[in-house]
Amino acid sequence: MIQVKNVYKKFGKNQVLSGLDLSINGGGIFAVLGPNGSGKTTLIKSILGMVIPDKGDILVQENLIKNKWKYRKDINYLPQIANFPGNLKVKELMAMIMDLRQKPGDGKNLIERFSLEPHLHKKLATLSGGTKQKVNIVLAFMFDSQLLVLDEPTTGLDPNALIQLKELLRKEKEQGKTILITSHILQFVEEMADEVIYLLEGKIYFKGSIADLKKKTNQDNFEHAIAAIASQTHD
Amino acid sequence: MIKILKYSFYDLMRSRWSYVYFIFYLLLGFVLLFLNNEISKAVITLMNVIIVLVPLIGTIFGVMYFYNSREFTELLLAQPIKRTSIFLGQFLGVASSLTLSLVLGLGIPFMMYGLFRSNAIWDFSLLLVTGAFLTFIFTALAFNIALSNENKIKGFGYAVLLWLFLAVIYDGFFLMSLILLEEYPLDTFSLVASMLNPIDLSRTLILLKLDISALLGYTGAVFKKFFGTDYGLSISIVILFLWTILPILSLKFKASKKDF
Repeated sequence: MIQVKNVYKKFGKNQVLSGLDLSINGGGIFAVLGPNGSGKTTLIKSILGMVIPDKGDILVQENLIKNKWKYRKDINYLPQIANFPGNLKVKELMAMIMDLRQKPGDGKNLIERFSLEPHLHKKLATLSGGTKQKVNIVLAFMFDSQLLVLDEPTTGLDPNALIQLKELLRKEKEQGKTILITSHILQFVEEMADEVIYLLEGKIYFKGSIADLKKKTNQDNFEHAIAAIASQTHD
Repeated sequence: MIKILKYSFYDLMRSRWSYVYFIFYLLLGFVLLFLNNEISKAVITLMNVIIVLVPLIGTIFGVMYFYNSREFTELLLAQPIKRTSIFLGQFLGVASSLTLSLVLGLGIPFMMYGLFRSNAIWDFSLLLVTGAFLTFIFTALAFNIALSNENKIKGFGYAVLLWLFLAVIYDGFFLMSLILLEEYPLDTFSLVASMLNPIDLSRTLILLKLDISALLGYTGAVFKKFFGTDYGLSISIVILFLWTILPILSLKFKASKKDF
């Protein structure tokens, strides 16, 4: 599904990705973890073609993505910060994205699921952070794509919306989709993820199931296992 | 690209500033006609305003729109759309809505005053065409500046400096060099120097069309010999085209390299 080969990326003097190799095959939920500034978002944005790597290749569905754009038809992306053009209404935004993607989208169920009906005719600038995030989620799940890339999907969600999100993720997973998530909420990751990818200083430090991670670090608690990785590397 | 253009244009048509710009030209047109009482004289006054103001508005609007629509751009970048179409679409949206404000804002009062019955119609059309060129040129330059500068304040600063340089400072240097190099033949030099600045080029073009090349002073005769012919006119139009196309190409190039 996704192959990242020896990718380097530098922002100014800051080397964010340094020779990152990653291969994701088949369906399931893959959680990308790592401390702040470890390159999670840069990795995700490189896969989407928003960040252009200095070196290395990225393949999505066996195709090199450099200078291409059509492959994004099969990717749904949820950005970390829900920034939308403020003077559009929620409904207009959804219609616009559907028009731009040229793909039938199922927004209705999602709007009901996140009870967004009362906000449909409001301008995006007037919405609260959590509601914006809900709109963000609706836009990301509206289309039927094989690959979903979610950058911090839980930010600002109330408990009810979080339950809905988890349910949604399970449904997508059952359909055999590949879901790539970054998150700092370990409880959420432990509950949802099939595999964990731990990024550190621009490289993959660990990739495998949560059970493997616990074994590797000799911890029986996921939170402690993650903390153990962090402290191991500090020594 | 057409879709991005459509949404950008639609977005701008809802913004207050497009109307402010439109109404400004509308008022300017009416006031000038009221004061001058004659279309051909109003056209001359209008030229002085357009030559300076259109580049300024193009620059400021271009930079402002680019920075304000950053969120929209980021949203679009994750969609299956070619990168260059996003930026070209936005650029064309801004430039064409500004041109529309200019053409309608000035066109309406002049038409009501009987432009079609006047023989100033060609002068007036040339004025609008150069105005449109200047809008496209300076919006493209502004987009280039905004794309290269993450920092809004810096971007604004550079954009205003660029305008100041081309609209005011360039002329100063030009005149200074004419005085300093007095002893040499300067025909080719002054021709080339005015070609290198789109504002100067537009001014020269209009002045010669209006047949008041005496205003150009020293080099007036040379210019008239050159620009007065069909050859000179076509060369100037080609150069204006180049001035429009080069920043657009650079915009395309920059956009395909940038990280978001």
